Amino acid sequence: MPAYEAVIGLEVHAQLLTSSKLFCSCPVRFGDEPNENICEVCAGMPGALPRLNKKAVELAAKAGLALQCTVNPMSLFSRKNYFYPDLPAGFQTSQLTPPICEHGHLDVTVQDATRRIGITRIHLEDDAGKCVHGQGATLIDLNRAGTGLIEIVSEPDIRSAEEAAAYMRAIHAILVCIGATDGNMEEGSLRCDANVSIRPKGSTTLGTRTEIKNLNSFRNIQRAVEFEIRRQEGCLEDGESIVQETRLFDAVKQVTVSMRSKEDAHDYRYFPNPDLPPVLVLAEELQAWEAELPELPEARKLRFIQRLGLNEEEAAALTAERATADFFEQALALCSNAKRVAQLMAAEFLRECAQQNIAPAQAAFGAAHVAELATLIDEGIISARIAHDIFPELFASGAMPRAFVTEKGLVQVSDSSELEGVVAEVLAENPAEVEGYRGGKTKLLSFFVGQVMRKTKGKANPALVNSLLEESLGKH
Amino acid sequence: MPLHTRTLLEAKAMLAQGETTPTALTAACLARIAATEPVLNACITVLEETAMQRAAQLEAQGNPNNLPLWGIPVTVKDLLCTKDAPTTCASAMLAGFMAPYDAFVVERLREAGAVIVAKTNLDEFAMGSGTESSAHGPTCNPWDAQRVPGGSSGGSAAGLAAGQAFGSLGSDTGGSIRQPAALCGCVGFKPTYGYVSRYGAVAYASSFDQIGPMARTVADCATLFGVIAGYDGRDATSAQLPAPDVAPALATKSLQGKTFGVVKELWEGGLSDEVAAACQSAVEAAKAQGAKVVEISLPHLQYAVATYYVLASAEASTNLARFDGVRYGLRAQGEHDLVGMYTASRSQGFGEEVKRRILLGTHVLSSGYYDAYFQKAAKVRRLLLQDFQAALGQCDALIAPVSPVTAWKKGEHVNDPLTLYKMDMLTLGLNLAGLPGVSLPAGLGAASGLPVGVQLMGRAFDDIALLGMANALEMALPRLGVPTGIPA
Ligand SMILES: [Zn+2]
Repeated sequence: MPAYEAVIGLEVHAQLLTSSKLFCSCPVRFGDEPNENICEVCAGMPGALPRLNKKAVELAAKAGLALQCTVNPMSLFSRKNYFYPDLPAGFQTSQLTPPICEHGHLDVTVQDATRRIGITRIHLEDDAGKCVHGQGATLIDLNRAGTGLIEIVSEPDIRSAEEAAAYMRAIHAILVCIGATDGNMEEGSLRCDANVSIRPKGSTTLGTRTEIKNLNSFRNIQRAVEFEIRRQEGCLEDGESIVQETRLFDAVKQVTVSMRSKEDAHDYRYFPNPDLPPVLVLAEELQAWEAELPELPEARKLRFIQRLGLNEEEAAALTAERATADFFEQALALCSNAKRVAQLMAAEFLRECAQQNIAPAQAAFGAAHVAELATLIDEGIISARIAHDIFPELFASGAMPRAFVTEKGLVQVSDSSELEGVVAEVLAENPAEVEGYRGGKTKLLSFFVGQVMRKTKGKANPALVNSLLEESLGKH
Repeated sequence: MPLHTRTLLEAKAMLAQGETTPTALTAACLARIAATEPVLNACITVLEETAMQRAAQLEAQGNPNNLPLWGIPVTVKDLLCTKDAPTTCASAMLAGFMAPYDAFVVERLREAGAVIVAKTNLDEFAMGSGTESSAHGPTCNPWDAQRVPGGSSGGSAAGLAAGQAFGSLGSDTGGSIRQPAALCGCVGFKPTYGYVSRYGAVAYASSFDQIGPMARTVADCATLFGVIAGYDGRDATSAQLPAPDVAPALATKSLQGKTFGVVKELWEGGLSDEVAAACQSAVEAAKAQGAKVVEISLPHLQYAVATYYVLASAEASTNLARFDGVRYGLRAQGEHDLVGMYTASRSQGFGEEVKRRILLGTHVLSSGYYDAYFQKAAKVRRLLLQDFQAALGQCDALIAPVSPVTAWKKGEHVNDPLTLYKMDMLTLGLNLAGLPGVSLPAGLGAASGLPVGVQLMGRAFDDIALLGMANALEMALPRLGVPTGIPA
């Protein structure tokens, strides 16, 4: 059996985070009554004309900058013609040549191997509406029609399903970080089509590809591409040829199924949209937008590792979302022990956020709380153990940690005279273990620490307990 | 002298002097419509009630703000969207269609105090030059009811010549304002592309379509132009210019120091003797007004007809895609699947000429044909614009006939679209170049006794200067008198 290599390219569609639609002033808002947010422009009424939302151009250009693209000083809108009931004008307004951004790349890391994925182009286009199929009739909701999208087309540089999902995660993180999209994949703000083909390892020619449409979660991307690679391998093994076609992923059955073959492919009759003049991006505008770009997730992660001494895992957890990283840095302004703050956030705060399904910025327990809790540990006032035990209550109540531990009497015992008595008591109660320790079983030290902690209800300063025990056990 | 034979500026002066009233003018126009429509069929919708109400309202308010069109009855071509009357584009596809908004130019007319008395007939979706392809039936020429009024703004032109209103708004994609104005003996002005917003004008070919005024005199056209021109943020192709001051155009009375270019290609071949003679006398009149006349050539004009029909049809094929029976307009009954519904609705809703252009446009945009047709035509278009720019670098205006013949008999060319397309050669070059042009009566044809038009073409956004030259030329041209084919 020959070894195959997968060749994958993704077309990512991201809904732009603008307050109004791409070519009219209707609000971009979902969940309203059907056809509430429409006007003559986005409903394709006769005589209506589009006017471009400048904010959409800015967001598309920023996406290009973040993905190392060239932002074209002049790009054109074209009409992509086809008939469908949710497409009110009978054409989609998209970009063919030149698109707003071209020639970028994104570095993607899977299992410590980093590979560069080329970005062919980013273009602006408007979304269609939605057909609602009911009993005996199809209704049309145009609330979404005319919403601005960018489509990010990658080179066929991706080589595995895992890498495809990692690429999508990285795109998601960047687009959300720069405010280009809200990244809500469940609501379809970010979705992708995957072009998949396989070829014998070492071959440089491309195999026949299939396109899997509308993948809307990282998991589905990975599963769909995995399945499709296996399916294509199976075809070739069985001596069948691969049919160029569009396929859909059935997330329940975890399979891709044929939707339409190339023979049914549309001739979209693209041509420049005469209603929209060329999109111009001035050098000064571009500079200003570049200056406004926040630090991107990958750069921030590196900085956290190199400058703040965090490990890869902590840094990755803190930079997965911009809001989390911002939160972390706010806490850092109040408590300079980055490692401590990072550990608290990764081990306690983010875990709790995930469990309660609360966004970090929305938690009652804010950056100042995290900083104060870290400071309490640093100052030896409470142990990390106590911090862990009380965290759920702190998180839920939003109480300030210092006042909370004082009130609850959780302040750590760091008074050696008080602890010396407890240590003496423990040694007196366990003569056999003392004998053992002195006979060389030094591992028994943790047993004594545990006993002291039990007697002090965890409030004893662990470092002090250790040194007191060692001192007492050393005495004969 | 009956009210309806007055010019717009005369009516305006009479209103200002209190010699007439908005309701009297409106009633006179409505009466004129009632008297002539049985012959002409120039109007698709007559707004008897709303027009009289509006006139009464304006009359009650008076004109404290000196609204430029206060109480003046006008008509608009039935492809301009109006909230209070159907907008049909003379198509079965849009029979009874009520637009949810007013076109920009309609808003401007209302703000200026105009009274819209009717929406006028046209070739279906403005595709044609005889107003014969209307689902509302053909419009007749007021000079001879057996003949066409020209098109596509034939209803506006015929109505103006017959005294149905004092001004009208038409649209000119390949000559649709200038040619019917010529054939009916009135004045039609196609502004520079982008000077007047297209918002709310149902699109035929977006990069050609231009809304413009029609009236019985150049000064009347200029007055309407001053109301409708200027920047509109809702049309991305609208030029960022303020509404122009038209006073300099009205004040131009001489052509001293002006150079007129006689475009060789527009005078050779195909002109009837009477058209050539009348237009030649217009050139003499220009000289008499002080103009210097030189001969000029636009070498790429020979490709204009082919170029226009490729590009305009391409745009039309997608502009008309929205008429699919889904959201508004005609939906064929009895179809049970989507493609069947689309096919039947569009087959029933569109007429022959519209279908012809949709098919042509779809073809030239198709994969494998795009480069050979659309792309090449787009190149020729740029070359032609360069020709015009070079010519207008040497001349203040170009002068040419508008139509090679006077109004033809209805039905004469119905089965011969190519002959009709070729006749557009005199007007559509200007649309390819996006430049302004004005058509005005040169006289009556010696053989037919029907109106002959002459056109002046000018530089981009120099519309006021062009109207000024037309105003001066008009003074030296014969008056046509009253049309003979309709009740007096
Ligand atoms: Zn809208």
